[in-house]
Amino acid sequence: MNWPLAILTGAGPVASAQAKLGWWLLVVSVVVVVVVTVLVLAGGFRRHSNETSMVEREGAGVRWVVVGGMIVPAIVLTLTFAFTIATENATAAPPKVAGMTVDVIGHRWWWEVRYAGGGSAPTVITANEIHVPVGIPVRLELTSADVIHSFWIPRLAGKTDVVPGQRNVAWIQADKPGIYRGACAEYCGLQHSNMAAFVVAESPAQFEQWTNAQRDTVRAPSDSDAARGLVVFQKSSCMACHTIRGTSAVGRIGPDLTHLVSRMTIAAGSLENTRGNLAGWIANPQSIKPGNDMPTTPLRGSELQALVAYLETLK
Amino acid sequence: MLFVFALTSGCREASGGEEHVAVAGGDPDRGRTAIATFGCGSCHTIPGIATAKGTAGPPLFFWSKRTFIAGEVPNTPDFLVRWIEVPQAIEPGTAMPNLGVPEGDARDIAAYLYTLR
Ligand code: HEC
Ligand code: HEC
Ligand SMILES: [Cu+2]
Repeated sequence: MNWPLAILTGAGPVASAQAKLGWWLLVVSVVVVVVVTVLVLAGGFRRHSNETSMVEREGAGVRWVVVGGMIVPAIVLTLTFAFTIATENATAAPPKVAGMTVDVIGHRWWWEVRYAGGGSAPTVITANEIHVPVGIPVRLELTSADVIHSFWIPRLAGKTDVVPGQRNVAWIQADKPGIYRGACAEYCGLQHSNMAAFVVAESPAQFEQWTNAQRDTVRAPSDSDAARGLVVFQKSSCMACHTIRGTSAVGRIGPDLTHLVSRMTIAAGSLENTRGNLAGWIANPQSIKPGNDMPTTPLRGSELQALVAYLETLK
Repeated sequence: MLFVFALTSGCREASGGEEHVAVAGGDPDRGRTAIATFGCGSCHTIPGIATAKGTAGPPLFFWSKRTFIAGEVPNTPDFLVRWIEVPQAIEPGTAMPNLGVPEGDARDIAAYLYTLR
């Protein structure tokens, strides 16, 4: 899970434009600080002959103030202002009609991700992972189920606030296939720092394959352990909060688990999605991510085994 | 049969007055990595592994000094390796799942656990 949150190396048009602006601001600021520091020090150490007054009213002194203190800053600030406005303008909306739209809903402390279906195709629902085809602008419609969050995938786009009762729009485009890590960037409570999002950019063919697989509902488990696991899932509290499409579980408090196994992480980047971690998560979600909305459910050891066997069939 | 196996291949070496349990073929450093890979830390608190803070299973403090494994079998290297590979075979229905840990990794993990004194 070592994908860096790199802000100065954009991997798509939005972040690249913002990174260019970032570099400009960084370089200008450093140059200004260095030049001013050198001038102040030079002024301080310079010997003054006793005769001349501290400030010469005419000549070189005034020129320094006018040129160095007014004209140069005016030029630098005007350029920076123009560059900033141009960047904001270029990144505000996709260049052409967006290739697709994804709804991203902030929850404490995970992201719900929905791809609206069309015609007979059902909506695809997943969590904490946004699959996109490379090279295509993707419009993100951001809403919140509770408090203010902020959606941020540093290598693809700057932060956009996610505000309850409001639909904010951002767009991303990944130029190369890869996994781009993101984070919630607005403090939203106890587990704010464990609220990662991942953009998975893949070839259009792989993306289509992924989408088709995600549209499937689940079939009844064939293996007897897994079948017992489904019964445990339906008889204990899990059902109240989770949906597994194709079963009677239609809860909406927690992530949709229909294709749980296809995801890289559990609980928004808290754990890698492995058998041990999955069992551990179900057995003690409150030790792993204290304060999150999933309670620790009383289960027998054998029920836990059955649940894990069942959840592992949710490819 | 298991028990006989356990008696023949576990060995305790005395080193500097402290007892040190060796696991044949096990490397504690690799074991530390394997513990992270298999997600043991999502259920157990394990000293020396920052991410292992789970509380579903018992904490593994002082492992080399423990007498039993899961209150069920003696704490010998062979039983521990087997417990890590297939806990359900030793205690059917326990909350610790079989995690498909290959024997080599189980030996490495056991070697690490015996460094906990
Ligand atoms: C009161 C609601 C609630 C109940 C009951 C509940 N969960 Fe959850 N579950 C959640 C929430 C909320 C999350 C997301 C936690 C987070 O990431 O902050 C979650 C996350 C999960 C995840 C990880 C999903 C992912 O993609 O990250 C799994 C697996 C899961 N729950 C399984 C279960 C099982 C099995 C049960 C029954 C033993 C159960 N849950 C009971 C609310 C619940
Ligand atoms: C789903 C949670 C879970 C996971 C994952 C898990 N364990 Fe356990 N483990 C338990 C539980 C619960 C017990 C207690 C079993 C019992 O007493 O029957 C236990 C017991 C143990 C014991 C014996 C502890 C004692 O006090 O006797 C050891 C050693 C152990 N586990 C090591 C591991 C290792 C190594 C891994 C990773 C390969 C691992 N566990 C993964 C839940 C887990
Ligand atoms: Cu947050």
